[in-house]
Amino acid sequence: MSNARRALYRRRVWVNRINLAMSLMTMALGMLFLLWILAVLFGKGLGAMSLGLFTRMTPPPGAAGGLANAIYGSVAIVGTATLISTPIGILAGIWLAEYGRDRWLAEATRFVNDMLLSAPSIVLGLFVYTVYVVRVGHFSGWAGSMALALIAIPVVVRTTENMLRLVPHSLREAAIALGAPMWRVILIVTLKAVRGGVVTGILLAVARISGETAPLLFTALNNQFWSADMTGPMANLPVVIFQFAMSPFADWQALAWAAALLITLTVLLLNILARTAFRQRSLR
Amino acid sequence: MPIDDVALGSGPRPIGGAAKPAPRTSPRRGSPSRWQDPLFEQTTRFFAVLVLVLLAGIVVALAVAAAPALERFGPAFFVTDVWNPVKLRFGALAPVYGTLVTSAIALVIGVPVSFGIALFLTEMCPAVLKRPLGTAVELLAAVPSIIYGMWGLFVFAPFFAGHIQPALTATLGRLWGVGALFQGTPIGIGMLAAGLILAVMIIPFIASVMRDVFEVVPPVLKESAYGIGCTTWEVVRHVVLPYARVGVVGGIMLGLGRALGETMAVTFVIGNAFRIHRSLFEPGNSIASALANEFNEASDPVHRASLIALGLVLFALTLVVLAASRVLIGHLARRAGTTT
Repeated sequence: MSNARRALYRRRVWVNRINLAMSLMTMALGMLFLLWILAVLFGKGLGAMSLGLFTRMTPPPGAAGGLANAIYGSVAIVGTATLISTPIGILAGIWLAEYGRDRWLAEATRFVNDMLLSAPSIVLGLFVYTVYVVRVGHFSGWAGSMALALIAIPVVVRTTENMLRLVPHSLREAAIALGAPMWRVILIVTLKAVRGGVVTGILLAVARISGETAPLLFTALNNQFWSADMTGPMANLPVVIFQFAMSPFADWQALAWAAALLITLTVLLLNILARTAFRQRSLR
Repeated sequence: MPIDDVALGSGPRPIGGAAKPAPRTSPRRGSPSRWQDPLFEQTTRFFAVLVLVLLAGIVVALAVAAAPALERFGPAFFVTDVWNPVKLRFGALAPVYGTLVTSAIALVIGVPVSFGIALFLTEMCPAVLKRPLGTAVELLAAVPSIIYGMWGLFVFAPFFAGHIQPALTATLGRLWGVGALFQGTPIGIGMLAAGLILAVMIIPFIASVMRDVFEVVPPVLKESAYGIGCTTWEVVRHVVLPYARVGVVGGIMLGLGRALGETMAVTFVIGNAFRIHRSLFEPGNSIASALANEFNEASDPVHRASLIALGLVLFALTLVVLAASRVLIGHLARRAGTTT
């Protein structure tokens, strides 16, 4: 090999090595940040974990307390939002996959759904504030659930539609040949065939809304006391984290870390659960 | 193709063909399937249309609520750099500037890193690690933004002020032109810190999209390039990237859409100051952080309407970016459908 060719070869090898090394470093950097965040959460959050966290109310500054009201509020708000968004999302997804298909109305809905999927959550909170909170005149757990449902619906629509589209036509045809009406074919045959995937979508939607803070600021607000009343302001973990973390009081900040650890663990567990336990088996 | 054709055996129907709920055999008068099927279709259709009109509803509701501010300040609202709740004079320029600058910082840092991660996951990663590492990247995307905010305020900002900011002033800060961006007291919080945390947040999104579009590249293209002796980098640079270009840009736009509207992570570290500074070390405000910080304290209707107008601006910005992203990614998906 001539010198020039050897030099070119060596240069190509080195460019390759350097770029691949940089790629490896970016991956390591990504993992480093994930571990760093988790380590900080465990380091600061575990210390504040105690049984009292689940039994006592959020305290005034300087006093001992827990997060019981915020945990209850979060579960109630997120649960209601899930109950609202699941049927709406699944039905809309069914229409897109089974009836709408390539019609312009379906294309337009899909487009809008994708916009909503990534729309800023704070704007959705603002929307619920202008159309609901202003009318009613006060913040409420219902308003919080509505804002969260608006975030969850596009996720459910998207996964339901994608999953239903995986169902082979022979399955539908077999059911139709048996004389089943279309609605039963969809509900009992196709939807059932992909229920794992649909449940995954719902779990991912729940994971997504459990950590949402911005839309709750203008809707559910916060409540220092125990309140199971969805029509009034309700405590919830994300807003408590926001308020307590931004405060200058050390014991409030410790509670905020504990709440942060709780929420992150819940969200990550939901994600892992969705990805492993309910993974959609291949249909073909 | 209506379903009764299929039932009559008029040949295999193409997958993806329209499945219209036509009556298969005409049901007897009074039979439940006469009304059940149309009812079911109309119900599902109602909810699909509900999703469709939601977007328009949001725009209209926000526009109506923002009207008092827009009427009062006129078009000047968008180009004025004042935010004075005491004198009730408001302009959107500072928060819009903050939103755009923090998102730009996030993209400048996030795009190359995401590309590296996607390259690693598709071309270098051992098959055993592909799933766990891919899931880890997705978990990074799943961490709630308020956690990034807390981590940013309590852990990253002190580290940033202590180690990175002085180093930046000593190096980039000496350069002519861009040097002015890196001047000032290293206090940790500010536009640059917000941009960096946004970068950490959007990297998993962009990386996942990039990985997905890289995997759409037909293996035969890559194999032919490897076959003529290309290195991995050359294959990625000259085969994978050109093929997936549109999807990559779409992924970047998706990340940008996320960055523009991200609220909690930014609110914690941006410093909440309605000012436009030349230095990126100074505190600023983004639209979303302004809303999160001020909305509940805003008692005057004009103040509130101005904040809602800010929200409207943000919504418009993200919709444009997300629409572009969707068109680009959809384009690639269609091409992939026809060529592989």
